[in-house]
Amino acid sequence: MTDVLFYLFAGLAVAGALGMLLNVRNTVAGALSLVATMVSLGAIYVLLDAYLIGVLQILVYAGAILVVFLFVVMLLNLREDVFSPERLRGTKRIGAVIGALVCVELILLVPRALGPAAEIPADFGSYRALGTALFTDWVLAFELTSLLLLAAMVGAVILAKRSID
Amino acid sequence: MPVEAIVKVLFMFAVMVIGLAPIITWVERKQSAVMQDRIGANRADLAGITLIGLLHPAADVIKLITKEDVVPAGANRVMHMLSPVIAAVPALIAFAVIPFGGVYQFGDTTLNLVGADIDWGLLYIFAIGSIATYGTVIAGWSSNNNWSMLGGLRASAQMISYEVTMGLTVVGIFMVFQTLRLSDMALAQDSSFRLLGFLAPYLGNDGGVIGWLIEHVRIPGWGLVYQPLGFLMFLTAIMAENKRPPFDIPEGESEIIAGYFLEYSGMRFGLFYTAEFLEVPVIGTIVTSLFLGGWSIPWISTADVIGAVSGVFGHGFATGLCIVLHVLSFLLKVVLMIWLQMALRWTLPRFRYDQVMDLCWKMILPLSIANVFVTGLVILLMAPR
Repeated sequence: MTDVLFYLFAGLAVAGALGMLLNVRNTVAGALSLVATMVSLGAIYVLLDAYLIGVLQILVYAGAILVVFLFVVMLLNLREDVFSPERLRGTKRIGAVIGALVCVELILLVPRALGPAAEIPADFGSYRALGTALFTDWVLAFELTSLLLLAAMVGAVILAKRSID
Repeated sequence: MPVEAIVKVLFMFAVMVIGLAPIITWVERKQSAVMQDRIGANRADLAGITLIGLLHPAADVIKLITKEDVVPAGANRVMHMLSPVIAAVPALIAFAVIPFGGVYQFGDTTLNLVGADIDWGLLYIFAIGSIATYGTVIAGWSSNNNWSMLGGLRASAQMISYEVTMGLTVVGIFMVFQTLRLSDMALAQDSSFRLLGFLAPYLGNDGGVIGWLIEHVRIPGWGLVYQPLGFLMFLTAIMAENKRPPFDIPEGESEIIAGYFLEYSGMRFGLFYTAEFLEVPVIGTIVTSLFLGGWSIPWISTADVIGAVSGVFGHGFATGLCIVLHVLSFLLKVVLMIWLQMALRWTLPRFRYDQVMDLCWKMILPLSIANVFVTGLVILLMAPR
């Protein structure tokens, strides 16, 4: 049963990712394909016993961030001429580098996936375990991340205010 | 286990979807009629029998199914077809984690009256609720109509704003009950505390009137009592998520005709309509589970009932009685919450778009953060050293 569900959601995730790539001209359809990928990833996390991450994936990425994506895309109502070849060339180069790095990382991870499954603790994936880890061992990373988000928010307000003034 | 789960799911569906939802549409009409000094729905009849308008829900369904299904020219056909489904399904599956009764022991077997008793029940509700946004946004976009588009944009802005706020308003409840599991929350609220308990060290149990008052003036340990501000803010936020008046900005009949479902007809429109009406009992069950003690009976805990009855009729009968009383108590609270939503819907004038946003970002959000701080402070001060 778990295997069937895994292949179902893995297929959906890949199909969503492909749909986003192939829908460059139709940005709303592309964003909706990304939603399918995010929801499928959340389901795969749940299948891996990482319940909290799975739910947060759907709540935060599929439910909040991508709605904002859609909001912006619909508001701007992007047409084809926005994606001129000159603008796309630089983006494509950066994308190629990042894609190559991710490929290398995936290939390096393959031997580990073939070994025996790792033991997971009893409270794995619960919000208590995650919260304890986040606010003890990883508190520095947590605070730095929140600082980064604050900086981004202040930056957004300053940019928006400049255009109003 | 599977059979038990199916029976529980069927019970929830029979009561909430088949039982309550059609009656809610009737109550909405009759209540609005009473409040506006009209007679209300009374014309649908079967061989002259009108049943005070109770046949109207059935007539509605027949009308919606037999109407022409119009897809506007230039619409994205697939998305136009899909979005009512995306809007309706989250409202249906939210019932899965709602406990409509407690955990009962019959000898060796345990009966837990909740469809799926998961550790992160409340997060599940928030997650599927956030998916419902897509139903409205895609409907607005795929209809190829400017009014629909505006409605979809308004829906996405409003629902995102209130989702964030709604999550923050219930943090206080998490902190009080120390859990996200809805059945544990309901269990924690199956209790009461002494209102005058703080006097006990000074006046003591002297056996007189004061001692009796200290011991017997009790308040149910409901979320509403621990988090009154959280209750008001959560109710506001979750009603805004439902998009019914006074928060009907995405529909805005007087401004953008019908907003995101302007280009829908027949049963596709019916699905949007059903989703909105189904969310009313969903909100009722969530608010009841979090703030109104869930299935618990105020002042009378499960142990009290079993202790009082089992001596005469035996333990099995006492537990059975508990189940019946608890489910009835839960349903009564849900019906009360539905009535409250209906009354608010027909009492308050609708907000303007910027007022809805101001209410969310400038009132509820700061207040909910303050609520979290105060709750944390109180818990810290009350913690045993």
